[in-house]
Amino acid sequence: MADEPLVLGIETSCDETGVGIVRGTTLLADAIASSVDEHARFGGVVPEVASRAHLEAMVPTIERALKEAGVSARDLDGIAVTAGPGLAGALLVGVSAAKSYAYALGKPLYGVNHLASHICVDQLEHGPLPEPTMALLVSGGHSSLLLAPDITADVRPMGATIDDAAGEAFDKIARVLQLGFPGGPVIDRLAREGDPSAITFPRGLTGPRDAPYDFSFSGLKTSVARWIEAKRNAGEEVPVRDVAASFQEAVVDVLTRKAVRACKDEGVDHLMIGGGVAANSRLRALAQERCERAGIRLRVPRPGLCTDNGAMVAALGAEMVARNRPASDWELSADSSLPVTEPHVPGQSPAHHHDHDHVHEVAKDNLYS
Amino acid sequence: MLLLAVDTATPAVTVALHDGSSVLAEESQVDARRHGELLLPAVDRVLAGAGLKLDAVTDVIVGVGPGPYTGLRVGLVTALTLGSALGVPVRGLCTLDGLAYASGAEGPFVVATDARRKEVYWARYADARTRLTEPAVDRPADIAEAVAGLPAVGAGARLYPGTFPDAHGPEHQSAAALASLAAERLAAGGEFLPALPLYLRRPDAQVPKNYKVVTPK
Ligand SMILES: [Zn+2]
Repeated sequence: MADEPLVLGIETSCDETGVGIVRGTTLLADAIASSVDEHARFGGVVPEVASRAHLEAMVPTIERALKEAGVSARDLDGIAVTAGPGLAGALLVGVSAAKSYAYALGKPLYGVNHLASHICVDQLEHGPLPEPTMALLVSGGHSSLLLAPDITADVRPMGATIDDAAGEAFDKIARVLQLGFPGGPVIDRLAREGDPSAITFPRGLTGPRDAPYDFSFSGLKTSVARWIEAKRNAGEEVPVRDVAASFQEAVVDVLTRKAVRACKDEGVDHLMIGGGVAANSRLRALAQERCERAGIRLRVPRPGLCTDNGAMVAALGAEMVARNRPASDWELSADSSLPVTEPHVPGQSPAHHHDHDHVHEVAKDNLYS
Repeated sequence: MLLLAVDTATPAVTVALHDGSSVLAEESQVDARRHGELLLPAVDRVLAGAGLKLDAVTDVIVGVGPGPYTGLRVGLVTALTLGSALGVPVRGLCTLDGLAYASGAEGPFVVATDARRKEVYWARYADARTRLTEPAVDRPADIAEAVAGLPAVGAGARLYPGTFPDAHGPEHQSAAALASLAAERLAAGGEFLPALPLYLRRPDAQVPKNYKVVTPK
């Protein structure tokens, strides 16, 4: 529908420079420049390397997205940007770019939450989100269970990791097995040829008295590393495929078990899974199996939309426009620890609101009057 | 001609408008930690102050550093996206050249800004318009010989009186000076730098322990 909001979204919270364009819940463009190869030799994302890459990639990626979508920047209804959480310096590049772009075009600016964006992206794949939505977000930086009655205004943390993120555990085990960075895809691939029940690794926080929706992967990681080291010390060959499969099984078993339980406890009959680890084939398969058994409908976007991208930011931005949420101020900051309970960063106070309106008036006036 | 100049390579967040013959409006705030928050509102106020519209801007001028990276990138990415949205060229100038120009010096001198980590960004000049050396980053003690006997401008010079005993003139970068220099250079058909950051140091490549930690507990 032509009257749905046309929004450009910018994502720079980690190592992907993403610019997406959506119209309502329809994806028009998803342009990405990644600096992942530059980080590989460090075994993890180096913030300064990521920030430098964002600056280089920003304008070319915006221009590529506009071309891909076949729309003119002047027709946009708003510019959305990840305001946090994420790497502070990396976020700042995107936030500064979004402000200046919105200002130059005379469009409203929406600073949005990275985690809420990961949930909202599913609208581009499976249509409007049910309300409330139960979401399991798993990546190298986050592992959370979230209940979202309204993705633009009300997102509630059910549980989260108390130590490592799930994706981080994949990276660390890949490092121990000398499989390179990032670890997720290669472990997924090797695990397909291994036996997931070969080794019983611990399932963190699954005791009767443990927090029902929190996660812990640190103990698992240590246990896997010790198991591998014991083999090496004994001069035995490490069964890499079985280790990968058994480790992966321990992670996805806990993730899916807790997510399904949260759905049941809250009476939510569907589950969405997002974040980079949602690309894991075993997580998708086991989630599907357990959801079917529990009568829960599973929604997982295609892998390309699960990892960080600009389309997810645009998707949430479009929802902000559609629901008339207040825009952000030109003073918008990058907030590396933006709480998940704040889906967006509206203009701060009534006084700011006045400023904000004024600023937008000036901005529109600048180009179009 | 209407030049919009921005520079965030030093603690100053500074913006100016120049019409080719004079500075129409300028604004500077010194706050090393809030470049991202301060820059765009400053651009807006400078335009409003001059009673001009953004689409009248013909060139964006940006200080490309050297400077501490996080702040430096704010000015550059802002300039580059403005340039892209408006369809106008973005021209880079060395931040130290802006300070040199602002000094109005007629003889040899040094410009030094604070590079943190007990170092300065610096370059030598023959006069306010003529830089003699490539911008560099060094410990003040290591360049004492190279700058001995020369007057010095910039906050880096004031920080290290042992190396720069004759510090005077402008302490902070001003986009007005940068814009004036750009206007002169444009009129003379002179060259600009590409709008790319002068970091002068490699990134610190320590693997972060917990990037993107967002645990809502
Ligand atoms: Zn993410």
